Amino acid sequence: MEYEIVIGLEIHAQLLTKTKLFCGCASKFGDPPNTNGCPVCLGLPGALPVLSGLAVEMAVRMGLAVGCSINNKSVFARKNYFYPDLPKGYQISQYELPVCGPGFLVINVGGVEKKVGITRIHLEEDAGKLVHDQDVDSLFDVNRCGTPLIEIVSDPDMRSPQEALAYLAGIKQILEYLKICDCNMEEGSLRCDANISLRPKGQETYGTKTEIKNMNSFRFMEKALEYEARRQEEVLDSGGKIIQQTYLWDPSNNKALPMRSKEDAHDYRYFPEPDLLPLTVEQALIEKARASLPELPQVRKSRFINEFVLPDTTADVLTSDRHIADFFEATLNFFNDARQVANWIMGDILRIMNEQKITLDAITVTPARLGKLLSLISDGTVSAKAAKKVLDTMQSENKEPDTVIDQLGLRQVSDTGALEIALRKVLDEHPAEVERFRGGDKKLTGFFVGQVMKLTKGTGNPKEINTLLQKLFG
Amino acid sequence: MRFLSDTISETVRNIHSGEITSTSIVKRSLDTIARGNENLNAFLSVQSDHALKRASELDGLPADQKKSMPLFGIPVAIKDNICTKGVPTTCASHMLSNFVPPYDASVVEFLLNAGAVPVGKTNLDEFAMGSSTENSRFGITRNPVDPSKIPGGSSGGSAAAVGAGFVPAALGSDTGGSIRQPASHCGVVGLKPTYGRVSRYGLVAFASSLDQIGPITSDVRDAGLLLEVLSQVDSRDSTCARKPFSNNQDIYSLDTRGLRIGLPAEYFGEGLSDDVRLPIMNLLDMLKERGAQAVPVSLPNLRFAIATYYIICTAEASSNLARYDGVKYGFRDTRGKTLTDMYSLTRQNGLGDEVKRRIMLGTYVLSSGYYDAYYLKAAKVRTLIAQDFNAAFEKCDVIISPVSTTPAFSIGEKTEDPLQMYLTDIYTVSANLAGIPGISVPCGTAGGLPVGVQFISSHWREDLLLKVGYASQVALENR
Ligand SMILES: [Zn+2]
Repeated sequence: MEYEIVIGLEIHAQLLTKTKLFCGCASKFGDPPNTNGCPVCLGLPGALPVLSGLAVEMAVRMGLAVGCSINNKSVFARKNYFYPDLPKGYQISQYELPVCGPGFLVINVGGVEKKVGITRIHLEEDAGKLVHDQDVDSLFDVNRCGTPLIEIVSDPDMRSPQEALAYLAGIKQILEYLKICDCNMEEGSLRCDANISLRPKGQETYGTKTEIKNMNSFRFMEKALEYEARRQEEVLDSGGKIIQQTYLWDPSNNKALPMRSKEDAHDYRYFPEPDLLPLTVEQALIEKARASLPELPQVRKSRFINEFVLPDTTADVLTSDRHIADFFEATLNFFNDARQVANWIMGDILRIMNEQKITLDAITVTPARLGKLLSLISDGTVSAKAAKKVLDTMQSENKEPDTVIDQLGLRQVSDTGALEIALRKVLDEHPAEVERFRGGDKKLTGFFVGQVMKLTKGTGNPKEINTLLQKLFG
Repeated sequence: MRFLSDTISETVRNIHSGEITSTSIVKRSLDTIARGNENLNAFLSVQSDHALKRASELDGLPADQKKSMPLFGIPVAIKDNICTKGVPTTCASHMLSNFVPPYDASVVEFLLNAGAVPVGKTNLDEFAMGSSTENSRFGITRNPVDPSKIPGGSSGGSAAAVGAGFVPAALGSDTGGSIRQPASHCGVVGLKPTYGRVSRYGLVAFASSLDQIGPITSDVRDAGLLLEVLSQVDSRDSTCARKPFSNNQDIYSLDTRGLRIGLPAEYFGEGLSDDVRLPIMNLLDMLKERGAQAVPVSLPNLRFAIATYYIICTAEASSNLARYDGVKYGFRDTRGKTLTDMYSLTRQNGLGDEVKRRIMLGTYVLSSGYYDAYYLKAAKVRTLIAQDFNAAFEKCDVIISPVSTTPAFSIGEKTEDPLQMYLTDIYTVSANLAGIPGISVPCGTAGGLPVGVQFISSHWREDLLLKVGYASQVALENR
């Protein structure tokens, strides 16, 4: 039978606040274990939570960026369950009344645009971290306890793993544009769980869904969703039933491992958190947040297409990452040819990033340096070909383009005297070719220019050599 | 028996003038405790050395620094569910028998800044769950007036300590009457402030939306002074309103002319013993003679108060006490093999029967399928009860009521019947549900046992409670 895949995503994004959600402890990845804790996040008897205003503002910004309604009043709730990484025995989250109501995100897969509904966005605290791989039973790290998260819940609107990937990429892009999450999936600052089900093509009602967790990269998510869709298809085709269950993706074995079934699902006994007042978000704060929203990726892309006359795909790549788009626009301040700048970023800057597996932060070529290099190409100081070598050295040695050009001896020779000497030498050494050239074989122009280039170790300005050649035979 | 013949303010003035020292007062308190506590078991721990050291440090301060401290040199007792830095805070539970908080509750900070000298931690029903202090894991507390009787609860240790003359003031916590009822049984003054008046930061939570810290004292004016110190603004508790109480001396003018005292029919009906009714009616007559007027009021939803209270407080308790799992601090039972074993054995053996009973009730009322019928409905009835009070306070300034159906009952009398025990809270729980303040003031005796009267006011009107409370105190003294 032919099936339609139905996917909904729950994305947890750790907010880039300095403090945790309900206490003043630092919220930072990578600090030594158990260095950021206090009575509140350790859940000591008598300690009480106090909400961080900044986290609320960030949640509101995200809501506005994806067209959510913002609830003037929302309510924190306790989600009760026992686990050693949860010091209070409950997680403070939002349940019936989240901070952001329905919104949407437009995705584009294979040139087809589609609106994916967002059910809600709510604020919650993260749990701590358990470490099981040491030579003792288990270790507990409080540092992550109480770090602020937003959970972005989508409608079950995605119909393929590719759509799910596009949606996750879109959400990640916006989080980065808003500077509210560093979106590091490996470190867990961006986490994604998926609900997936199959239904016969044309059927209205949804099939039984399963949940997949621990897909901590785009690649794992794609594999996990394809795996689970295939598994469900096989079960259904062989007349079986899907059991509602939670799976953990095991990337080393490319398998989804069952975690818990619906029968032993928790009853979280949600109820309103009595230690916190209902959260009121004043209209003024919403308007302030709205006014402070940056240009969002899709708007920026259209602007790049219109303002800089860039092809769709180029604008897409440049705006996919806010940092790259910023880099592009900054470089234009130093060299005002958008196509050239775009080509060099997409061709060479991204190549360096990929080859060395680094992010833009680690690129030492600043927009000013790249702009300068491009002007040096344009005024003939260096050939476009040699400039690639120059760029690599600029990156590896953190140097200015001028310095590198001289260091590598790649300054183009446009001095006609020096070039004429070189050209005459070439002509002397190739009498047969000179005869043929005189006889009208103009194709040999390239040969002579090439020989001169070789002689000058690539520093001869081809245009000048050409002119000289015309002059000598003219 | 009073620890001080004067008010605390008067004593502090005497210390300032050099007539007496903090050391001498603190010493006297510690000596009295040393003689009497073995019999009463009001204190679970006494910090003698620490208290004497602090008193002598205070005595050594320059005069101008002393003057700014309203509780300068005064010994106080603290209920053992309020966190004290470096001093065990057990909640009278095996679960926390080894727990030493690394921080002071906000109210303890406030007391210290005001110059008070904490001398010890007082007994209570385990995690403040109970009405007789018989649920303590560390032994019962006896009533200082008659040691065969309970002192009330859950702040029984604090009320007994003040009633026995160990200290002039103690902190209690009141979730459904836990300050007012023991105060009534021990013949002292107990004030439960408006919800949000006093910071709960550092109070080990029983039911967060009902808990409130308040003073237990020998004199109504001392309760006002303590409330002023305790009600400081505190950003560490989100539910703490920025409404510090000012202990204005006009409150104690004894001018009760025109004061409208609401008399709810529902509070004086069936189930109330004459032992309690008669002293209250006597007092009401005396207040009327002094110009107050009695106004009939009605609180029709009061009959749901006990049920509503026990649903909400157990629901919140089931969640608040989830943290006692043996993982991070407190008692851990290590006999099991699995994580689930550790959880269940730790909680099975670390918590007492009454606590476990309430956790189970609370877990039940929050469970999916029962939430709407119990918790949600209780939350709605709670609103109705609050509305009843709002309507009543349009007709009167304060409401007069009993604190308990009978004077202190005998030790062991109700321990076999939890429901009977729950029903003794009938007059006190509604103030907690509505978030309004209540005071318990002695109003006579019956068969040699103290009987208290309760006054209740609308939100933030503790001034009215102290006014009518002080008028009652004086009326009885001059009888
Ligand atoms: Zn903390």
